[in-house]
Amino acid sequence: MSISAYFSSLSVLNLFSRLPSGVAQGIIWGVMALGVYITFRLLDVADLSVDGTFAAGGAVTVMLMLAGWSGAAALGCAIVVGVLCGLCTGLLHTKLGIPAILAGILTQFALYSINLRIMGKSNQTASVKNFGLVWETKGRGFWLSSLYIPQAILTGFLLAAVIVGVLYWYFGTEQGSALRATGSNPNMSRAQGINVNSMKLLGLALSNGLVALSGGLMTQFQGTADVNMGRGAIVIGLAAIIIGEVLCDAIFRKGVNFAVRLSFVVLGGVVYYLVMVVILWLRLDPNDLKLFTALIVAIFLAVPNLRAQRAAAGARRRAAAGKEA
Amino acid sequence: MLRLEQVVKTFHPGTIHETRALQGLDLHLAPGEFVTVIGGNGAGKSTLLNAVAGVWSVDGGRILIDGQDVTALPEHKRAAFIGRVFQDPMMGTAPNMQIEENLALANRRGMRRGLSWGVTRSEREEYREKLKILGLGLENRMEDKVGLLSGGQRQALTLLMASLKSPKLLLLDEHTAALDPATAGKVLELSDRIVEENRLTALMITHNMRDALAHGSRIIMMHHGRVILDIAGEEKKHLTKQDLLDRFAALAGEQEETDAVLLS
Repeated sequence: MSISAYFSSLSVLNLFSRLPSGVAQGIIWGVMALGVYITFRLLDVADLSVDGTFAAGGAVTVMLMLAGWSGAAALGCAIVVGVLCGLCTGLLHTKLGIPAILAGILTQFALYSINLRIMGKSNQTASVKNFGLVWETKGRGFWLSSLYIPQAILTGFLLAAVIVGVLYWYFGTEQGSALRATGSNPNMSRAQGINVNSMKLLGLALSNGLVALSGGLMTQFQGTADVNMGRGAIVIGLAAIIIGEVLCDAIFRKGVNFAVRLSFVVLGGVVYYLVMVVILWLRLDPNDLKLFTALIVAIFLAVPNLRAQRAAAGARRRAAAGKEA
Repeated sequence: MLRLEQVVKTFHPGTIHETRALQGLDLHLAPGEFVTVIGGNGAGKSTLLNAVAGVWSVDGGRILIDGQDVTALPEHKRAAFIGRVFQDPMMGTAPNMQIEENLALANRRGMRRGLSWGVTRSEREEYREKLKILGLGLENRMEDKVGLLSGGQRQALTLLMASLKSPKLLLLDEHTAALDPATAGKVLELSDRIVEENRLTALMITHNMRDALAHGSRIIMMHHGRVILDIAGEEKKHLTKQDLLDRFAALAGEQEETDAVLLS
């Protein structure tokens, strides 16, 4: 296929028709990224359980909705299950002394079996007509479904705004401050009477609760849950956080309000997903998506370190030059 | 205020790295006493402070603060009684948090942390006044992240945080060792002032014998995990560095001469 034929085969209209759905899914991934932000940025723990928790949230949601529960109640249960998953990782780490990364991997690994148990097979689909967040809709006015994108975007946006608001409030409280202090300097936290282990448990529970909620939302949006739906969720979360931070710093330059920072994490999720939509629209092989994502995350995580190394090397050179002179 | 009875701590027991850091240490601090601690490397000075702070549990003996047995309490619970400043200026503050947030964390030492605001307006004013005392201009940078401050500024802030909620005991672990001489002098002066104004009971480790003599109301020298010299009152006031070296040589024996060099 010649290049001109390739370009003429791309339809801009087709791209535009795909973007709204990308935005809706991006917001849902953004909610998950908020969960990852709590552990990765605030608690300074790399929690790998989220891949499993995301799918667990989806599995619980789909099964409860198939059993006739309302969408909201199913999501509530998904959050509870997510919190339990987070506590599991937290207890493995704090009480049993397993390194945080390994504790997360163990939880994630175990969740694969548990999610299969919950669903009975590797995926479950509920008739999309049964779906509706907040209340049953009897066929119209769906709140969060891929069949009704504008409503889904609005619902997702409002939900994300509420979550950002609650997190902003919580991390401004005494307890939230103690949690942030734990991530910033555990030695200092202990010296100031903060129970570091409790704070880690709390942070992991909160984070995984949000991730499971996001998994449930994704299931409601797509009308299906799959045992593999959370694969790579941690990397997508990191990508969203990094994209959000880069955008935030580019726009505001200096320190911004914490709520703005959190909003940019959600925005990062949206931008990430839109980039994926564009890549797919360009007919790149979807199988390569994860490779691209990993590369982008690796580069952005490396940049601050490489900058520091260059600055240090520069300082050494100047010092050496000064000695010779 | 502080009482240690026959405290024993051995690191890496049963291995070739076995170190008997504290060997039945007895120490009693009366309320308001400001004790400086000297001793060579490996004498057990930092181990003493960490034992009191509860960084790990001791192997034997009892530790009492203001009559309460804290031997079994974990570090974060003992923190209710203790203010601490560390050797590493980076260790005593949370770099990703604002100056006022750090102070607010310290102001809630030993309290239950609930869901009310982390920093209230009224305490902000209180912090501003206290920061003015430091004379570093930090009162105008209260919303700056602590990570932006210099080592000396961070150490001064840690000192303020340690004393914010009058502790029963202030532990200073070579808190000026990592600072340049001028800054170290200022931080020491500040330590004196804070101890005096709040009538704190304090334990200060130093490698610098001159500092140990110039500050505090009592001096103890540690060697091989025990207190080998304990001088207070008038005698401490007139003590000189040479006195200390002579006393050390007499107590520790000739072969320990090298340790005496380490002390100065």
